[in-house]
Amino acid sequence: MTEAPHETGQEPEPQPLGFAARFHVWQRAGGLAVPILTTIFAFFVGGLVVLAISHKNPLGTYREIFDGTGLNWFGSFCSSSGTATSIPCTATTNLQQTLIQFTVLVLTGLAVAFAFRCGMFNIGGQGQYIVGTVAAVWLGTSLSGLPAPIHVLLCIAGATLAGALWAGIAGFLKATVGAHEVITTIMLNYIAVWVATYLINGGPLQDPASVGAAPISKQIDPGAQLPVIWDQDLNGGIHLPQGLHMGVFIALGALVLYWAVLNRTTLGYSVRAVGFNPEAARYGGISVSRNYFLAMAISGAFAGLAGSMDILGWVFRLDTTYTSSTGYSQIAFIGIAVALLGRNTAVGVFLAALLFAALKTGTSTRNLDPNVFRPDLANNLTQLIQGLIVLFVGADVLILYLWTKGKKLRLPTRERSPI
Amino acid sequence: MDEGQEAPPADTGEEPDLSTHAEVAPRALFEPIRIAAVGIFMGVFALWIVLPPVVVRSIAAPLIIGGAGVALGAWAIRDGARRAGWGAVASGLIGMIGGVFITRASANNLTAVVTWSTLVSLTLVFTTPLLFAALGGMFSERSGVVNIGLEGMMLMGAFFGAWGADKTNGWVGGLAIGILAGALLALLHAFFSIHLRTDQIISGTAINFLAFGITGYIFNDIWGGSGGITSGGVPPLPAIPNISLDFLGSIPPHELGTFLKDSLTDLNLLTIAAFVLVPITYVIMFKTALGLRIRSCGEHPRAADTVGINVYAVRYGSVVTSGALAACGGAFITIGYVHSFSEQITAGRGFIALAALIFGNWRPFGVLGATLLFGFASALSPQLENVDAWATYGQLFAALPYLVTLIAVAGVIGRSTPPAAVGRPYKKQ
Repeated sequence: MTEAPHETGQEPEPQPLGFAARFHVWQRAGGLAVPILTTIFAFFVGGLVVLAISHKNPLGTYREIFDGTGLNWFGSFCSSSGTATSIPCTATTNLQQTLIQFTVLVLTGLAVAFAFRCGMFNIGGQGQYIVGTVAAVWLGTSLSGLPAPIHVLLCIAGATLAGALWAGIAGFLKATVGAHEVITTIMLNYIAVWVATYLINGGPLQDPASVGAAPISKQIDPGAQLPVIWDQDLNGGIHLPQGLHMGVFIALGALVLYWAVLNRTTLGYSVRAVGFNPEAARYGGISVSRNYFLAMAISGAFAGLAGSMDILGWVFRLDTTYTSSTGYSQIAFIGIAVALLGRNTAVGVFLAALLFAALKTGTSTRNLDPNVFRPDLANNLTQLIQGLIVLFVGADVLILYLWTKGKKLRLPTRERSPI
Repeated sequence: MDEGQEAPPADTGEEPDLSTHAEVAPRALFEPIRIAAVGIFMGVFALWIVLPPVVVRSIAAPLIIGGAGVALGAWAIRDGARRAGWGAVASGLIGMIGGVFITRASANNLTAVVTWSTLVSLTLVFTTPLLFAALGGMFSERSGVVNIGLEGMMLMGAFFGAWGADKTNGWVGGLAIGILAGALLALLHAFFSIHLRTDQIISGTAINFLAFGITGYIFNDIWGGSGGITSGGVPPLPAIPNISLDFLGSIPPHELGTFLKDSLTDLNLLTIAAFVLVPITYVIMFKTALGLRIRSCGEHPRAADTVGINVYAVRYGSVVTSGALAACGGAFITIGYVHSFSEQITAGRGFIALAALIFGNWRPFGVLGATLLFGFASALSPQLENVDAWATYGQLFAALPYLVTLIAVAGVIGRSTPPAAVGRPYKKQ
């Protein structure tokens, strides 16, 4: 998996396309056509599964899922005195949930996307996310007495730094000994999973009250919680526990930052140059290893930030569902699909994160009518659609190539640097 | 780990280096590699004496013996055997630190955890699925196709093994259907990564998502509301039989015979199959023309193509084989050991297998050593739960395989060298 050394006196081997080079082809092919077609095709195949295995109407199922996403909130505003069960109010809650998920998915998506742009596949978002949650819980429970804004900022900074350091290990190993980042980040994922599980189950972060029961960490200080910007005031001052928190602005800010760093800074230029062609970048005087390390650390920073958003804004403490080893159902892995579907651009990640956040909320069990589609299958349907999207997105370069052959669009080779 | 490895590349210089040549005879006894081997042994010995049945309670013993291991390691490094020397230093340090911790623990707790026969039999159980999947992964990666999708293929074997055993009412049918399901998923991976030249890691990631979705969906669709599929159901889920090896108990001396009987009795058929598969894989991979073809496709596909090897066919065959083997490991979990299925029951074992493949340096006996080590780490966790105060450390032990692999990949203990063309799609010209 490491780069083959150059053998002199042989015909040059055609180099495999890097992620960045593939991305370049997508850009040149232009348009939103392929991601949209990919998504539609994935939903189509998912619908076939619903029809063939469960004998349910796929359109009805998807309609039901859509109604649960909260996106039907637009146009039917909920009055603040409404009851919890009325439809507009449910839509409000759902939309808040979708946006909470969106916040985290944007950040985990960016964590994958940034590494992609440097030619690396950061499959370790989940580990970096977990390290971020642990750091946020640790700082959030230990530094009591600080003024609220400082405490929140410290928690966010700590989690971001923790994620950056965790991913930085993989970046450092890639830069120094050439260890493949996919292998190292998978290993770091599981180390994070088990160490975090230990920390909240018998370790120092466990809430003493939960010993012998389902292990959870202590709840973070109220001063460390992110301010809620949109919650529902139900019948006489009863607030739903989890409204939309400030983090959604942080996620949007991260999107802008991502775009600006990549496209408007020297760092972004060299990261992209390394992603397109490490040899050419090295020849042009760019330190490849430095960029590997930096790109990985920045990726991890996004994932660690995502972890702090979930802790500080949503759940306020860690439990084993966040640290369990059956990781693929979990949020940072969806980040891979977000980044791939969003073609590693800021706008694309925004849209893809919205899609997956809506899908996640829409298929959560409380939102589905068992007569239309069994709620316990919905999560699996999401995984299936997610897998199909990743599979087809990965193959779309070839499909594009075949389609556009007439237009003389050629896959770039390593010899011609397409920056 | 060194068994099964080919001889390290000999010094290919045309002229023999006379200066070292002359020194061979006097240095033979203190060959640095031997010093390092003794050092590694010292580290293991330091741990052994403090554990049952010996249980030395003095803190000095492991410190002195482990320290000797470190010193021998340093000597070996100075004399040029760097890799083995560092291994001895690591082994000695582990012996010292572990030994000190163990002597501080109470003897009762020790005997509750370290029951060697139980540890051995549990290790074999936990090793089996890892060994199948890692050997499978070796076929795929040796032919040049990265297989991140091992986890998904295992899960397919686990679910469809149980499903098939339930439907055909027999474990043979279950195993066959499980293997078929794993092979089919592998075929999808092969098609996307070989013919469509998708990035193999992205394709493998997608394969994992798909497997989680498919198995979870069908499982919930059939057994969702009914508490799952278990051996306690009606009719009970058929199981792969255990082979009784009670005759081992009659091996003299009595203690040895009892130990062998306690640790190896009731081995599952698939456990035996997995261990038999190791030498078979070695012979196929390194002693047959087929193995040479597979390896050449992974090292230099263009050269392989030039001499008339059908690179696509070899890669398809290898990837499908890897899916079938990984599915065997998955089927062992459901119809061989746990006798039930739950969502994502493989719980990352496919990734441990991938780690074992790398740690074992893509070689059958290396993979065997790595899976045994990882299996032992997994077997220790449930044993630690026998002592309340130690129960939680089982989770830290669960992280050990990944940490060891990370260190191995970093090149501190023996550098892993993947096949040269792994991960690179081949385009026929």
